[in-house]
Amino acid sequence: MKEYEFSCHRISEGKATGKVLISSDDINFYMVDPEEGEVVEKKHSLEGEKVASKILVFPGGKGSSVVQADGLYQLSMKGNKPKAMIIKNPDTVLVTSAIIMEIPLVDKVDDKFYDYIAKGDTVTVDADQEKIIIYKNIE
Amino acid sequence: MYLTDEEKRMLNGEYGEGTAIAMKVQVGIGEAFGAKRMLEISRAHVALSNQEADLWFVEKLVNAGAYCSVPPTVNPGFDLEYFQKITNVSEEEVTMMKRTREAYKKIGAILTYDCTPYLGSNIPRMGEIIAFSESSATPYVNSVWGARSNREASQSALCAAVTGKVPEYGFLLDENRYGNILVEVQAEIKNEYDYQLLGFTGKKIGHGVPVFTGLPDKISPEELMNLGAQLNTAGAFSMFHILGFTPEAPDLETAFGGKKPERKVVITREDLNEIGEYFMPHGGKVDFALLGCPFLTINQVGKIVAILKGERFRVDTYILVNSLTKELAEKMGYLKVIENAGGHLVKDTCMDQPPFWNNMKGKFGITESPKCAFYSRRRGINYAVLELQECIKTAIKGVI
Repeated sequence: MKEYEFSCHRISEGKATGKVLISSDDINFYMVDPEEGEVVEKKHSLEGEKVASKILVFPGGKGSSVVQADGLYQLSMKGNKPKAMIIKNPDTVLVTSAIIMEIPLVDKVDDKFYDYIAKGDTVTVDADQEKIIIYKNIE
Repeated sequence: MYLTDEEKRMLNGEYGEGTAIAMKVQVGIGEAFGAKRMLEISRAHVALSNQEADLWFVEKLVNAGAYCSVPPTVNPGFDLEYFQKITNVSEEEVTMMKRTREAYKKIGAILTYDCTPYLGSNIPRMGEIIAFSESSATPYVNSVWGARSNREASQSALCAAVTGKVPEYGFLLDENRYGNILVEVQAEIKNEYDYQLLGFTGKKIGHGVPVFTGLPDKISPEELMNLGAQLNTAGAFSMFHILGFTPEAPDLETAFGGKKPERKVVITREDLNEIGEYFMPHGGKVDFALLGCPFLTINQVGKIVAILKGERFRVDTYILVNSLTKELAEKMGYLKVIENAGGHLVKDTCMDQPPFWNNMKGKFGITESPKCAFYSRRRGINYAVLELQECIKTAIKGVI
C-alpha cells in the first residue's frame, strides 16, 4: 500500500474515507435517484453509477438553487449521500448545499491529483487539514 | 476571512443558536470564495419552494431560535384554500404547505409569495448590497436596478436575512460585474415573446456576463423579466447588460470595463425560430392553459381581458399573479371577466407545485413561458409555448 498526499482548500468541514467515483460532467443532485443513490440523468458521464457513500470527484454543480439542495437532502434522508466531494468550480448553490447537509467539500486540489486518481481508488478527504490522501495497492 | 467582533459573537452563539448556524454557513461560503470580509445587506429575497429541503432548513433555523434581522420577501408555494375549493389536495400536501407558511412566518419573513419582488415589493436602489435568490430575480436586480447580489441559493439568502450580512465576493465586486461576452442581436426583437426566445439563447451565449447590442430603445419591465428568467433556465446568469439601457452599460467601454470582450456571439432570427420550434412540439387538441412563470403583471392581465371580450375558455385556464395584482384585477373588473370566461386568476402559486403536478400529468398544455415548459417535462407535463395573446386565443378555441 502506497500513500500519495495532495493539498486542497476546505469549503465544507469534515473528514471521510471511501472509494472514489469520478465524473467529467457537472452534477445536479436532483437527477440522482434518492432510493438507490444512482445517477439517472440521460447522457451524464455517471449515468447508472451510484454516488452513495462515495468520494465524489467532479467539476462543479449545476441547476437551480432549489433542486440542488433538495436532491442532496433526499439522498441524505435515504442514507445515500456521498461521503465527501472534490470539485474544481465552486458555485454558491453547491457550496451552501454541502455546508448545510454537512458533507465535506474541497476545491483547489493540486493538479497532480487528477493524474494519479483512478476509479475505485480509496481516498481520504480531510477538509479540516486541507489534504487528500490516495491509497494505492502496489503489486 | 476577517470578522468584526459582532460577527464573531454571532458565530459563537451569543445571538442564539439559529444565528450561529446562519453565520457558520455564510463564513463557509465566504471562505470558499476567498471573501475578505462581510458586508451588511439591506434587502433579501428567499426562493421559498415548499419542497422538502426548503422546509427542513427553515424549520431547523426556526427551532434553533433564528429570526430575520432583514425581513426577506419570499417566493410562492400554492394558494391552499383556493385549490382545496377547486380540486383535491392530499393531506400530506396540506400539511406541507401549512408548515412552510408557519415556519416562514415565525422566522420573520414578509409573506409576499411572489417570484417578481423586483417589480414591486422589494426594489433596491443602484449599488445597494442585497441577497436575492430566485433565478429571474437575481439578474433583474443586478442588471436593471444596478444593485449587487450574488446568485444566492434559497438557503444562503435565508441565512443572509437572519444575520443581515453577506460575504464580499462575486457580483458584489466591481471587477466581476463587467461584461465579457458581446452579444450582437441581429434579429429584430419586437415583443415580449421575442425576449423569451432571446433569453433561451443562453446556451449559445455560454458562461459569463453578456452585453446585448441591437435591442430596441424601449424595453418594458415584462420584457426584461422574461429575458432574465429564460437566460437562467437555459444557463446560469447572475447579470446581463443592455447597451445604452441598463445602468452599468451607458457605452461599450464602460460595460466591458475598458477591456475587450472575450468573445462575440451573434443572434439571428434563425436562432430564435429554432428555439420557437423546440417549444412547439406539435399542434392539436389542448387540455389546459397555464400562464405566469414568472407571474404576469396587471398590464399583462389587462391584455388578456382585452382579448376575452365575453368569450369563454374551452380549456381549464390558470393565470398566475401576485396577491396585489389579483386585488387590482378585482377592483378593475378584470377578475370578473376572467371568471365569467371560466378562467382562474390564482395568487401566491408557482407552476412547479403539487396542484399542477397532480392534475396535469400526461396532459398537453399551452403556456407563454419556456421556463414553465422546460421544468415541467420532468413532471411528465408537455407544453407548447405561444405568445401571451395567442395562448388566450388558443384557450378559447381549445386547439392549436
